[in-house]
Amino acid sequence: MSEPLQPDVTVDSRGATCPGPLMDLIGKVKPADEGTVFELRTGDSSSKNDVPEWVEKAGHELLDVVEHEDGYWSIYVKKV
Amino acid sequence: MTRIVIVGGGTGGTVLANRLADELGPELDAGDVEVVLVNDDPDHVYKPVYLYVAFGERTPADARRPLTDLVDPAVTLDIGRVTGVDTAAKTLAFADGAEMDYDHLVVATGADLAPAEVPGLEAGGHHFYGPEGAERLRDALAEFESGHLVLSVVGVPHMCPAAPLEFVLMADAWLRDRGRRADVDITYTYPIQRAHGIQSIADWATEAFEERDIELRTFTNPDAVDPETQVLETMEGEEIPYDLLVAIPPHTGSDLVTENGLGDDGWIPVDRHTLEATDLEDVYAIGDAADVPTSKAGSVAHYEAGVVADRLASEVRGQVPTATYDGKTICFVESGMDEATFVEFGYGETPVVREPSQTLHWAKLAYNESYWLTARGLL
Repeated sequence: MSEPLQPDVTVDSRGATCPGPLMDLIGKVKPADEGTVFELRTGDSSSKNDVPEWVEKAGHELLDVVEHEDGYWSIYVKKV
Repeated sequence: MTRIVIVGGGTGGTVLANRLADELGPELDAGDVEVVLVNDDPDHVYKPVYLYVAFGERTPADARRPLTDLVDPAVTLDIGRVTGVDTAAKTLAFADGAEMDYDHLVVATGADLAPAEVPGLEAGGHHFYGPEGAERLRDALAEFESGHLVLSVVGVPHMCPAAPLEFVLMADAWLRDRGRRADVDITYTYPIQRAHGIQSIADWATEAFEERDIELRTFTNPDAVDPETQVLETMEGEEIPYDLLVAIPPHTGSDLVTENGLGDDGWIPVDRHTLEATDLEDVYAIGDAADVPTSKAGSVAHYEAGVVADRLASEVRGQVPTATYDGKTICFVESGMDEATFVEFGYGETPVVREPSQTLHWAKLAYNESYWLTARGLL
């Protein structure tokens, strides 16, 4: 089993309603340097699909999606 | 004596000052408590007016009133700019060299626009988030007879997540009323895979766009504008030509927050229910300055102010504060020049979008007028 990823930036969007987890992530990714690793924490199951879809479209790298026992996911993204 | 200092005289700070004056009246009269509201402008500004300025329906002067007209006389009003916060010593430093001690600090410094973060945006784009921008957009719209109108949500997070939708729906109606719509294409771009952060609002907007021939482009995150060729360039590698660009610019928190290490990007991390700063002692943050997972909207600042007033009143009286904020957010959403809808939600809730009506449009306009009662802590 691999070591947990160590993000440079953690975006905690658990409980987010408006504007939502992906918006929170985009707002952080936009000004960041290339190579920055982000952890997006979200309890919103649809974000599991939305975030990878955007990451692919924007050309960044999806590193991992980890489900936690207490009802949220960590989505790891590297800015390319 | 206990001194509560509120930095920022926008919706959150002003409502909070007035609520505290009401809740702590006896303590204020006895001189046991002082409530200080610090603002760097003698006027209070109600920003939602600027959307209407763009369509020639209001003027920037309608957005301003002197704080002295709005704030309870029991509150000490201090017009000055706070530049330093020492949360260990519990002191504030002012631009004019003055200092002030506090027992409880509430940061309500709002959000600022940062269009310079996107190259070319200041020269190539318009916005309606401030008086000069809204007036410039009003003049551009007045002369816009034909071409491609692009509304692009560039900055996230931004104030009033409903405003971009309102703008395109109002522009569509405004152009139709003037017989120009057949010669104008309208495009709305949004950063994520749907038209709005909230699914139900996105579904409603998508249908409205189809009915009104407004093109929706999703997953669109502009990172540059070329004002010469009038092209919007995106993080996703696309180019969008425009004739009139109306952008929601990038936002940033106050310099006071970033320069004093109160929070990254100018937003202060807080407990989303108590609104206490998570890393700072005896500091609350409300309104746009608070990093909570809901909209940066006036209604949020308003309800947060009520919660913090209750909590501070309890603390002053030596009681355990129990008031909490549940994410309550209310937005009237204009869906044309004479119809509107309305949504209400809390943390984790999906709102129901009501059928737009002229009555709700009138309700929004009536609220905009009665907002000054909200600022006084009465509504």
